[in-house]
Amino acid sequence: MKRVYVNEKWCLGCHLCEYYCAFANSGKSSMVKALKDHKIAPRIRIEERNNISFAVNCRHCTDPLCVKGCISGALTIVDGAVHIDSDKCVGCYTCILSCPYGALSTSNEGAIQKCELCAKNEFGQPLCVQGCPNKAIVYEER
Amino acid sequence: MNYVIIGNGTAAVGTIEGIRAVDPTGPITVISDEIYPVYGRPLISYLLLGKTTEDKMLHYRPADFYEKNGVKTMLGCTVTKIDPAAKAVMLEGGETVPYDKLCICTGSRPFVPPMEGLDTVQNKTSFMTLDDAKRLDAMLGDANDKRVLIIGAGLIGLKCAEGIYQRVKELTVIDLAPRILPNVLTEVPASIIQKHIETKGVHFILGDSVARFDGDTATLQSGGTINFDVLVIAVGVRPNTELAAEAGCEVNRGILIDDRSATTVPDIYAAGDCTVSHDITADTDRILAILPNAYMQGETAGRNMAGGKTSFDKAVPMNASGFMGLHMITAGSYDGETYLEQDDEHYKLLVTRDNHLVGFIMIGDVDRAGIYTSLIRERTPLDTIDFDLIREKPQLMAFSRAERAKKLGGAH
Repeated sequence: MKRVYVNEKWCLGCHLCEYYCAFANSGKSSMVKALKDHKIAPRIRIEERNNISFAVNCRHCTDPLCVKGCISGALTIVDGAVHIDSDKCVGCYTCILSCPYGALSTSNEGAIQKCELCAKNEFGQPLCVQGCPNKAIVYEER
Repeated sequence: MNYVIIGNGTAAVGTIEGIRAVDPTGPITVISDEIYPVYGRPLISYLLLGKTTEDKMLHYRPADFYEKNGVKTMLGCTVTKIDPAAKAVMLEGGETVPYDKLCICTGSRPFVPPMEGLDTVQNKTSFMTLDDAKRLDAMLGDANDKRVLIIGAGLIGLKCAEGIYQRVKELTVIDLAPRILPNVLTEVPASIIQKHIETKGVHFILGDSVARFDGDTATLQSGGTINFDVLVIAVGVRPNTELAAEAGCEVNRGILIDDRSATTVPDIYAAGDCTVSHDITADTDRILAILPNAYMQGETAGRNMAGGKTSFDKAVPMNASGFMGLHMITAGSYDGETYLEQDDEHYKLLVTRDNHLVGFIMIGDVDRAGIYTSLIRERTPLDTIDFDLIREKPQLMAFSRAERAKKLGGAH
C-alpha cells in the first residue's frame, strides 16, 4: 500500500505540509478561505529543533494499536489505511494513549482527528505531499 | 478446526480477528448470555451523556461482522460447564457445543460488598453493562429531580458521575479510600481531578463508607446520613472465573494464562478481564481490566488457537479518561525516580527506574502521550534517547536520527 514517508534530510521546516493539510480537510474552496485568520489544526505536524525538522503523521501501521484499543470502534482499517469515523468517536483519547508516533490529535469537535491520506476529501491523494517543495515527504509503496 | 468462544466482549472480538488472521474458514461459535452484538463497555457512560447512541454502540464492529467472519452467535445463552475431557461446553437447557479450541472471554462482574440493609434500597444498579445503563437511565427519568449516591470513586464510579451529572438534582460519590481514582492516580493529580469534578456540582465523601441502608437513607460509618433516590454501586469488579476453575484451569483471582493466552488446560485459552496479566512495569501479576489489553490477549489467543505462534508480553496498565472536559492519561507504575511538571491547568509526572520509563500521569495537556506509552511498552533504554527532550514533551526528536528514519521512513 502507498503511504506517506518522511525524509528529514530534505525537510526545510517550512510548514507548508501543515497548511496544505489544513486546507485539504477544511472543505473550503480555496486556501485563503480555509486558512486566513484561522488557527490551523493540521493532521501532519512538523517537529523542529536547531537545524533538524521533520513531519509526523499517521504511519497507517499494519498492526495498529489505536484500532485495537479503540473503545467505540470508530477507528478501522479500510483498504490498509486507518480511518476515523468522527460520528462514532466519543473522544476518550485511548488512541492518543496508544499511538507510538503521537500521530492522532484532538479536535474542537470532540472527536479525535488523524491523517486519512486525503482519501475522504476531494483531493483523493495526500495534499501535503503535493505541497512539499523539497520532496521531504513522499507518497509511495515501500 | 472448530472454535468456541465464551463471551462476546472486546476479548472475543480480538479472538475472532486473531483466528481469522490465520485460519479463514474454521467454524467459530460465540456464546454469550448478553443478547446484544458486541459493544464497547466503556461507552455506557457516554451513552447517558448523549455522546453516543445505542445504535452506534452496537456497531462497535460493522453489522455484518459475525457473518463476514463465519461466526455463529448464540446470544442469550448461558454456559453452565466446560468439559475438557469431552471437549465440549454445556449450556443451560442441556445443549452441548463441542470445540477443538476454546477461548474463555467471560469478563468480570460488579463486586457488591455485603452492606446492611441493601435489600431495602428500591432503586439501585451496578454500572457495567448496557442493561445497567438503561436501568439507570430509566431510574433517573427526565425531570432532573433525582438525588444520586454513587459508591466508588474509581473509574467506573466517576465515569458514571460524568454520564449523569447534568440530569440529576444532587450527586454524591463516596469511597473508602482517602482519594479519588485510588488505583490509577497518586494524591496530587487525584486532587486536581477531584476539584475539577467538584466545580460541576458533584459532592465527594472520601475515607468513609456506608454502614447501613434504610430505604432511601444511607448512614455512614462516620455517623452522618445521606438521603438519595438512586443508588449506583461501583465498588469494583471481580473476574468471572468459575467456569474455568471448574474445568481445571489454574485460577488465582483471575484465570492464569501464559503469554500465548493459553490456560493450564490443553486447548483452552482465555483473554480479557477474567484473566491475570503480567504487568511489565512493576514485574507483578495483576488483573488489568482494560479494553486494549483484552483485545491484545484475545487476538493472541485467536492466532495461537488457529495454529499460529504469537505471544503478547507487553501488558501495561493504562487509562485514557476524561471527566467533564478535563482529560487524563496514565500508564505504568509510579515507583521510581520522578520528574514533575505542574501548573494551574496541567500536571505531568514521569517515573523512571533502572534506565527505563515505567510510568506517567498527564492531566490537561495529553498531546502525543502515546510516545511515552511506547517507551514503557517497548522497554526502551533511556540512555539510547535524549531524555531531556522526552522530559520536555513527548516527541520523536528525542530519538536518534537512525531510529527516526525507521519510524517515519520504514514500512510498518
